[in-house]
Amino acid sequence: MDWMALSDAEWTAVRLSLRVATVAMLSSLPFALLAAMALARGRFWGKSVLNGLVHMPLILPPVVTGFVLLILFGRRGPIGAFLADNFGLVFSFRWTGAALACAVMGFPLMVRSIRLSIEAVDRKLEDAAATLGANPAWVFLTVTLPLILPGIVAGMILSFAKAMGEFGATITFVSNIPGETQTLSAAIYSFTQVPGGDAGAMRLAIISIVISMAALMLSESLAAAAARRTVAA
Amino acid sequence: MSLEVEARHRIGSFVIDAAFRSEGGVTALFGRSGSGKTSLINIIAGLLRPDAGRLLLDGDLIADSEKRLFTPIHRRRFGYVFQEARLFPHLSVRRNLAYGRWFANAGKSASEFAKVIEMLGIGDLLERRPSTLSGGERQRVAVGRALLAAPRLLLMDEPLAALDEARKAEILPYLERLRDETKVPIVYVSHSVAEVARLAERVVVVENGRVKASGTAAAILSRPADAIERRETGALIEGVVDSHDVGHRLTVLRAGECLIRIPHLVTAPGQRLRVYIAGRDVMLATTRPEGISALNVLQGTIVDLSRTQEGSVDVRVDCGGTIIVARITALSREALGLEPGKPVHAIIKTVALDY
Repeated sequence: MDWMALSDAEWTAVRLSLRVATVAMLSSLPFALLAAMALARGRFWGKSVLNGLVHMPLILPPVVTGFVLLILFGRRGPIGAFLADNFGLVFSFRWTGAALACAVMGFPLMVRSIRLSIEAVDRKLEDAAATLGANPAWVFLTVTLPLILPGIVAGMILSFAKAMGEFGATITFVSNIPGETQTLSAAIYSFTQVPGGDAGAMRLAIISIVISMAALMLSESLAAAAARRTVAA
Repeated sequence: MSLEVEARHRIGSFVIDAAFRSEGGVTALFGRSGSGKTSLINIIAGLLRPDAGRLLLDGDLIADSEKRLFTPIHRRRFGYVFQEARLFPHLSVRRNLAYGRWFANAGKSASEFAKVIEMLGIGDLLERRPSTLSGGERQRVAVGRALLAAPRLLLMDEPLAALDEARKAEILPYLERLRDETKVPIVYVSHSVAEVARLAERVVVVENGRVKASGTAAAILSRPADAIERRETGALIEGVVDSHDVGHRLTVLRAGECLIRIPHLVTAPGQRLRVYIAGRDVMLATTRPEGISALNVLQGTIVDLSRTQEGSVDVRVDCGGTIIVARITALSREALGLEPGKPVHAIIKTVALDY
């Protein structure tokens, strides 16, 4: 099983991918919750525009998403320059940029999952909580949130799995720098571009498949749990 | 306690324009489905904001559209028992019950909790999940949950409508205890004459979003033309529980000089009880019948007869001070020669008084 042993460079790529995916998942969660709440419950002008924007990364070629990120968040892009000057937050050619690209690509998946679980909540339960003295914030915390929790967790896992496999947007936005922006997918791609890289590509591919499969199965079982729990009594 | 409600609200082409007062106890909003009763109770709860209206409880202005005052639902402290129990599926029965106590800023003692649990007979259910309860159990937990939030007013929207007959009979006694043992005023929405007769002190008849009549239960329910569909015409009997026949699961009710046997063991002897006897469940005989299964044979004299309508007549019979209404065919009336002042026997099957 010697061929399964990972080199240091390969380990670096795996660790980087896990870090990028975790940061992408956690940092997009509050925004995804807000967007899902607005789309499920809100009634406002431009709702379909918001819905379209949220789903864009799902439909656009990833290269286009990466290119748009490069224009907006690059060192000289309007948002990128602002964040770098005011908060010292630089995205271009950094692992933070990879995390941003992964967060954007996983965002529609997370929003969809949370939105579906919010729409499945029986609003009559929230009315009942209000008649018992709970103000809207408490209703959300004690009734809505526990009922949509499985949907949130499922969405987080989907976003994590998406981030683990993200390639196009990341490589377009932050390139393929070993140790900084070379994630699992980019490392596999690099291996396939050099003679004799097949074994390395295979090792990383297996790791990638295992992680993605585990995440997907976890997400499925949580979705099933959500369906059981939100049945009103 | 006094409650004053005034509301005008338009939902599509349906208009609610109603006003009524209540002076505590149980006030029934009574009317057929689609009459606007539920919208009215939702307006009281604050779940529905009317186009215009005013709501006063014990002199406190809760909502007034002219003054642009609207107390949000959670600050009204009105308990609400819905048609479906609406228990929180992610919480155990115990935590469902405790939900409102916390917001009620409850220095409410453990003894209060124990008292409500005992009154509703839900002590054995505390650790269970709502999804494992029967319909009747759920509804009792829902009543307990609303009560434990220390409400100033309890709203009940057809709490028995989703239950079958046996479950209704199971819950009604608990609601009677609730009425008799707690001081919380109740607004009770129902379309069932029997339920309203048994529970309510005052009745507000709602039709097409308007108040058609209001008054004491006895006055409204024995004045059939205003309130009740002709099919449901009957008489409200007020009495005191005389005794229980435990072996046969019967309760004997004393009303004036009559003893009436009703099914199930309801309330304790000495308690007041009202039953509604529909005219179509009462037979008349000119001689005392022998060998008959019906348990209630009441001797009386005919007070008056209504005019014939669709081939049937309503006969009012005075049975020792209690008026009973019997609906018979015009044919029977002629055959028996029934006239005011004639002595008759009114026959009521006990099982016809089941709920």
